[in-house]
Amino acid sequence: MDFQNILFNAINEILSPTTAAYALAAMGLSVHFGYTGLLNFGQAAYLLVGSYGFAVATINGWSFFAAVGVTIALSLILTVILGIPTLRLRADYLAIVTISAAEILRYIVTTTGMSNITGGSEGLSGFKGTFSDMNPIPEGTYNLGTLVINEYDLWLRIVGWSVVIVVAILLFLLMKSPWGRVLKGIREDEDAVRSLGKNVFVLKMQALAIGGVLGSLAGVIFVLPRAVQPGNYATTLTFFIWTILLLGGAATILGPVLGAISFWVILSLTQGILFGLIDSGIVTFMSVTQVGQIRFMMVGLLLMLLVIFRPQGFLGNKKEMSFGV
Amino acid sequence: MSKPNLEKKASLASLIGDQTPRPGVKKVDPIIIADNVSKRYGGLQAIDVDHVEIPRNAIVALIGPNGAGKTTFFNILTGFETADTGEWFYDGKPLRGVAPHNLPRIGLVRTFQLTKVLGLLTVMDNMKLAALKQTGEKILASVFGFLWKKQDRALEAEATEILKRFKLYEKAPDFAGGLSGGQRKLLEMARALMTHPKLIMLDEPMAGVNPALTESLLDHILALKTDGMTVLFVEHDVAMVRKISDWVIVMAEGKIVAEGLPDQVLKDPAVIDAYLGSHQDTDLGLTTGRITLPKTKSTRSSK
Repeated sequence: MDFQNILFNAINEILSPTTAAYALAAMGLSVHFGYTGLLNFGQAAYLLVGSYGFAVATINGWSFFAAVGVTIALSLILTVILGIPTLRLRADYLAIVTISAAEILRYIVTTTGMSNITGGSEGLSGFKGTFSDMNPIPEGTYNLGTLVINEYDLWLRIVGWSVVIVVAILLFLLMKSPWGRVLKGIREDEDAVRSLGKNVFVLKMQALAIGGVLGSLAGVIFVLPRAVQPGNYATTLTFFIWTILLLGGAATILGPVLGAISFWVILSLTQGILFGLIDSGIVTFMSVTQVGQIRFMMVGLLLMLLVIFRPQGFLGNKKEMSFGV
Repeated sequence: MSKPNLEKKASLASLIGDQTPRPGVKKVDPIIIADNVSKRYGGLQAIDVDHVEIPRNAIVALIGPNGAGKTTFFNILTGFETADTGEWFYDGKPLRGVAPHNLPRIGLVRTFQLTKVLGLLTVMDNMKLAALKQTGEKILASVFGFLWKKQDRALEAEATEILKRFKLYEKAPDFAGGLSGGQRKLLEMARALMTHPKLIMLDEPMAGVNPALTESLLDHILALKTDGMTVLFVEHDVAMVRKISDWVIVMAEGKIVAEGLPDQVLKDPAVIDAYLGSHQDTDLGLTTGRITLPKTKSTRSSK
């Protein structure tokens, strides 16, 4: 077994753009669920809107920032469509509506009728030009210690993680403010907050919009290292983001970042170790092709153990959780 | 805090002039007027109030048996439930259709029968959250601390003062979820004061509160009147109603069945029959929360 290779692969996940995208999406979910108590089970829909909005706009000749603007606008439209009918109702309704909305959107972009715009089940590619044109880093290969990458991947990592840092600072300021205080109040008891003169509906809409915009930005970063594939936006994406959020701590700023990093490191380590064990003949009861499923089972097991023994996640406040439902 | 004078109750003349007390009697200076308010749940007529007025700057108790519609009436007045018919006015302004969150802005605030403290916020944050017109609650201003820090500090000073009055200041940095039931009642009342109300509606402020705390809650409620507020409260504790209220309104089966000064209303045979039970004058010690009174005549109708 090549332990160094397994370890390096795991380390490389820490700063991968995909990790940044998941961290960002989980931060959005943290605004929804951790701070406002909104049960959004359709975060994948926001990533989908972000990825497709960006790709379609770019392919149709829009500049990078215009395409990002399109994704933000689309995520706000989605927020209005999801929020207006559901946010006046109990929390459970939002969960049902969001999970359905995410699936509906995924089926819409997959239909053959839409394939001239969305590429149908083939997905989309050829939208990275505007992003790589802005790259100030000279062409070549760059050695990051455990990883050798080209200028595009380096540029993507820098941009992706810068966005994560900026968003973390913004969220920190928001949640420290009286606005964040009211959000947490809504999470605890919205009737109490309403009786104290706060317009709960407007605040929930704002929270849903902010988390949604973060989701759609995550969608942009998510597709920049790959092609747009409709299969990527299934409910499993939402549940990975939930796993990351609960792993790191729901009502924390840096929890989602730590959660995303650990999630991908754990996945990489389990895959590497299982491959190694099969290769060296120690494990015979499963094949290399089964490892993909097995490691997600192990992640599921890990999630269960975490929720049972450390429900507040890595960074959550144990005291805060112990009063919880 | 100066101890309010318990004897200084509003006189009959100052409340209703030279009229005789009866259900729906006009008040000299009403703060709330409700007309023809009704609410039906399936076959049950939950609320059927022809006319009722709440006098200003007085402590008004709303009493009645369980299921009489007191809390529903509260919820309707504050927009948490809709009525089938009727109109109600606060300071002459129609309230029907006004969303609950708009009421504190015009000076009306309520508490809940089942306390609604925000458990995972600190006691201090519970207090500060309640203040109205906060710049930092606007989403764009919230990220710029310099726009709201000064206001927040002022609120903290105000909250500190109120918390000290309610003997909760030591708990300020703790999560409100860790408070006892009685402390939660206190916090809810203290928090309501942060909105600078003119009318404060308390739904069973004494339920589940221990005797020592009841005494101090009574003082707080009396102090609200001294500060110029109107208090409308639902309560089952007759001793407390008699002690602090200026005016008592009795509800049964959704209707106002009696109104008047506490001493007279609580002696009204119909009220005794319907609600109090005939042993209500027996001293059962300082009553807190519910006491099961002997059910001698309580099954008879109030009419």
